[in-house]
Amino acid sequence: MTTATHTAATGNHLSTGAALLTLMKLRTFIALFAVIIFFSIFAPNFLSTANMILMSKHATQNAFLAIGMTFVIITGGIDLSVGSIVGLCGMIAGGLIMYGVALPLGYTVYFNIVEVAVIVMVVGILIGAVNGLLITRLNVAPFIATLGTLYVARGMALLYSDGQTLPNLTGREDLGNQGFSYLGSGSILGLPVSVWILIVVALGAAYFARFVPLGRHIFAVGGNERASRMSGIRVNRVKMFVYMFSGFCAAIVGLVISSELMASHPATGTNLELNAIAAAVLGGTSMSGGRGTIGGTIIGAFVIGILSDGLVMMGVSSFWQMVIKGLVIIVAVVVDQAQRRLQQRVTLMQMAKAG
Amino acid sequence: MAEQDDGDVILELKDITKAYSGIVALKKADLKLRRGAVNVLVGENGAGKSTMMRIIAGVERPTLGEIWMDGERIHLNSPADAVRHGIGIVFQELNLFGNLSVAENIFATREITRGLRGIDHKAQVEKANEFLNRLEAGISADTLAEDLPIGQQQLVEIARAVSLDTRILIMDEPTSALSAAEVDVLFRVIADLKARGVAIVYISHRLEELMRIGDYITVLKDGQITGHAMVKDIDTRWIVRSMIGSDAKDFAKQVEHEPGAEVFRTEDICLPRAQGGYAVDHVSIGVRKGEILGIYGLMGAGRSELFECIMGRHEHYTGKIFVEGEELKGRDTTRRIREGLSLIPEDRQREGLVQSMSIADNLSMASLGQFLKAGFHIDLKREKEAIANAIRNLSIKAKNPDLDVTSMSGGNQQKVVIGKALMTGPKVLLMDEPSRGIDVGAKADVFRTMRRLAGEGLAILFSTSDLEEVMALSDRIAVMSNGRLVMVVDRRDATEDMVISASAEGHKTKRMHA
Repeated sequence: MTTATHTAATGNHLSTGAALLTLMKLRTFIALFAVIIFFSIFAPNFLSTANMILMSKHATQNAFLAIGMTFVIITGGIDLSVGSIVGLCGMIAGGLIMYGVALPLGYTVYFNIVEVAVIVMVVGILIGAVNGLLITRLNVAPFIATLGTLYVARGMALLYSDGQTLPNLTGREDLGNQGFSYLGSGSILGLPVSVWILIVVALGAAYFARFVPLGRHIFAVGGNERASRMSGIRVNRVKMFVYMFSGFCAAIVGLVISSELMASHPATGTNLELNAIAAAVLGGTSMSGGRGTIGGTIIGAFVIGILSDGLVMMGVSSFWQMVIKGLVIIVAVVVDQAQRRLQQRVTLMQMAKAG
Repeated sequence: MAEQDDGDVILELKDITKAYSGIVALKKADLKLRRGAVNVLVGENGAGKSTMMRIIAGVERPTLGEIWMDGERIHLNSPADAVRHGIGIVFQELNLFGNLSVAENIFATREITRGLRGIDHKAQVEKANEFLNRLEAGISADTLAEDLPIGQQQLVEIARAVSLDTRILIMDEPTSALSAAEVDVLFRVIADLKARGVAIVYISHRLEELMRIGDYITVLKDGQITGHAMVKDIDTRWIVRSMIGSDAKDFAKQVEHEPGAEVFRTEDICLPRAQGGYAVDHVSIGVRKGEILGIYGLMGAGRSELFECIMGRHEHYTGKIFVEGEELKGRDTTRRIREGLSLIPEDRQREGLVQSMSIADNLSMASLGQFLKAGFHIDLKREKEAIANAIRNLSIKAKNPDLDVTSMSGGNQQKVVIGKALMTGPKVLLMDEPSRGIDVGAKADVFRTMRRLAGEGLAILFSTSDLEEVMALSDRIAVMSNGRLVMVVDRRDATEDMVISASAEGHKTKRMHA
């Protein structure tokens, strides 16, 4: 807002540029309102409570991954493995509930649901740590390192059950591992449990980005890695953290999806990494690193979620849905680039005029 | 100066202004280039010479202003445009493809082909050798560019530019890596080109060279043209006066105080160079509390490398570093900062600032640990106060600390980098070319700040290639040359001649060996 008032004084030409800039900065909000208004007119029952809850559940899955992805992208990296981590973590959750862990001598250990959740999250974090180690210690480009783990994790998910779905994860009373469905189908005060968890994770991430040194350092590393090193920031530690956190977010989604379906399927989460990247970019995260907000990413995730659900409700064919989603993402990035160029031009012109 | 005749103008820049984020590099500059003449361009570091040349070469577009060639307005939107107009350039930094042969480098983008049968490597090598022989370079055109020493790489660059058949040839400090014999050859080539009507633009810091070869001279200062003359009408004194300006630089007056005990010492710091020899050659140096030690040296003298060793940026350096008598272990910048060292890097944009962050975030990024509550929570209020303090103490002109750091001028950006270093609470401050690329007023501010900090007991090591600066600011002067520390002298005993001759010392001995 300060730019708008500041430039208005310097001349008409600049002030239109500044107004345009403000509009561009608010583009994610505008997009969110646009899709909501559009679908509430054209899609029957769009505004019904049941539909709202369903849509928020869908958007929540994207949002979890997108939060982790946002931190990764802010450091200048990318995490392609999250979709596969979702699948693998879902399988591990299902396996632990159904079969437990077989020990030698014929014993089998079963865990209660909380323990299962913790184990699965640790697995997610560990896969993230593998990504981080590949990138920091072995200097593999993030795109390649996480592409590798994408395949490995998906392959492991398929191997785990030989490609079979693990159905009926209700657990058994005598083993004390019932209640898995609560995560995906339970609700508190009318809101699904997964949405509550999202609220907690999102607030935590936003707090972390602003109030914790490691969180602030994420932005510095992505903005200028060399300068960060020179300022004494432990760049490798920051990168390790973002990939581990991204793995953690993916593990949560794995749990949530398995719990919703009460079944684990090894192909779960395929292509979800692309949704997460799209949500982050739509929310204003810069692919070149250094810029991005958790709030913007959440809105971005909801735009994408509402868009796909709304199109389904309107009966648009799934082929067209893909085309439309792709176009929206491209437009978002084009506007992002245009905004940056315009911003640069406005400041440079001001400086040249001021001499 | 008397109006000189307009001669045979081939290219004219009119009212060129170029703004980068953070600094206006050129302000309404005019330049005329004449056919069949050597047009010399001089100015201090950061005066805008290279920017001007990059505009002529189509690498950068001017923010405002026009370019005219042969009486027609032209637009140079890319290097290819410039080449089409017959403009060639030899850049200051080498621009060779190290993984390609010399011939491939020379003919890059205009390969000699045989129709569908692809590139005619044999013809390329033959023709390239022709050009190289004219330069008496003694280079074979089929060697890989990266296998050549720097001086010969420079010659390859020159050969490439000559081979372009250009009408305007820009040479940005072409002799900085050449030996005396190679310079003579280059000058013969330039004379030959001149005779063929090529307009040469020649940029150099070596005044005697300019006097020897130049026809017309243009002086730039802080992005503006401050002098234009024919070389035969002037002397080196005129150049220096136009470069520095009549207004003597505003150096902070010495605050007389006796420096205290030694807080910082290095012993035998050595950094081997990849091509053999040492970038930093057994440097032992000490600084006392409240003392400013100025390290003078030319480009490549090893000053930046020494600072980087001290900050633990190089894995493979040897030698010892002490702060307050304690030897520092490890090779870890984070720990060095905690142990009381802080560096203001030479390259502000690449190593100093995080361009995507605000002024406030840049200031506090290195010292967030000081504002913690409960071990992890940043107390925003305390952070804000510290930032406000830094802005006040360094008189940073920041209307709103939450604006992007790139919205400020270069001088203020430099102050932000200094502020960031100071907020870590250092005992020893290392400043690598602290006045580079900032305007006169900001320079004076920076110098005053350095004096004040020394007065408060900080030990400061700064490096510069500006003679005036090192003489005026230092308590003691050290001179580095070719990686070696050749002289350390008290300012009261130092003369300019002493410092200048010492700065060439390392190269002399090297050449004797060679």
